[in-house]
Amino acid sequence: MATELKTRVKVPSSASAGEVVTIKAMITHPMENGRRKDSEGNTIPRSIINRLVVDFNGQNVIDVALEPSVSRNPYFQFDAVVPESGEFKFTWYDDEGSVHETARPVTVT
Amino acid sequence: MELTRRKILAIGSGTLALAGLPGLPAFANPAQEAIALLTGGAEIGEGGVTLTLPEMAADGGTVPLEVSAPGAVSIAIFAERNPEPGVVTFTFGPLSGSRSVSTRIRLAETQEVTALATMEDGSFQMAKAHVDVTVGGCG
Repeated sequence: MATELKTRVKVPSSASAGEVVTIKAMITHPMENGRRKDSEGNTIPRSIINRLVVDFNGQNVIDVALEPSVSRNPYFQFDAVVPESGEFKFTWYDDEGSVHETARPVTVT
Repeated sequence: MELTRRKILAIGSGTLALAGLPGLPAFANPAQEAIALLTGGAEIGEGGVTLTLPEMAADGGTVPLEVSAPGAVSIAIFAERNPEPGVVTFTFGPLSGSRSVSTRIRLAETQEVTALATMEDGSFQMAKAHVDVTVGGCG
């Protein structure tokens, strides 16, 4: 993909040990479903984000498998347990084989 | 192999027996077929999943969806009248804080959306929600 994809995540910067926190994650992406046509009538090939993996200190929180029926700029809100200080890692995979990563630290107070 | 009359009869009856086996049942739509593939035809319970979508969506391109299924290891969402019925699948890891997720999906037309949860004991639960779509969002 030619353009840089922007990822946005919302994670609290601190939590108490074992606290359940709400996380929001989004990536700017057209999620081309392979069915639209351009102005010349050519089919625009499918190009989507097909997977999001969220881990905390190497342990999985959620693994999302996306199909073309997920809206453009895919967005997810979910909950995670924060057992200790560490880092949330968000990894988005696209159809072209690229991987887009974001990380957010959380301090247990 | 020499084909005797007896053997031919045996082969013939074998073929008949195969043809008589119940094949895949006829599905009303591809979503039901996808669900049957996931469950292997197992019974699906109801009441363990909460699926929330708006009753009416002016823009089928972005329809908010919220799903919750306490005790689920994964939840799959299906839209029976979309070009591809599978929408999204959530698999929860050891640090998941709840079995609830919100997202936004595309709906091609007015239809029923199904959430199928696979529970920790391997059983299945599901919930459905009907959405009236004004302008389809898959094209």
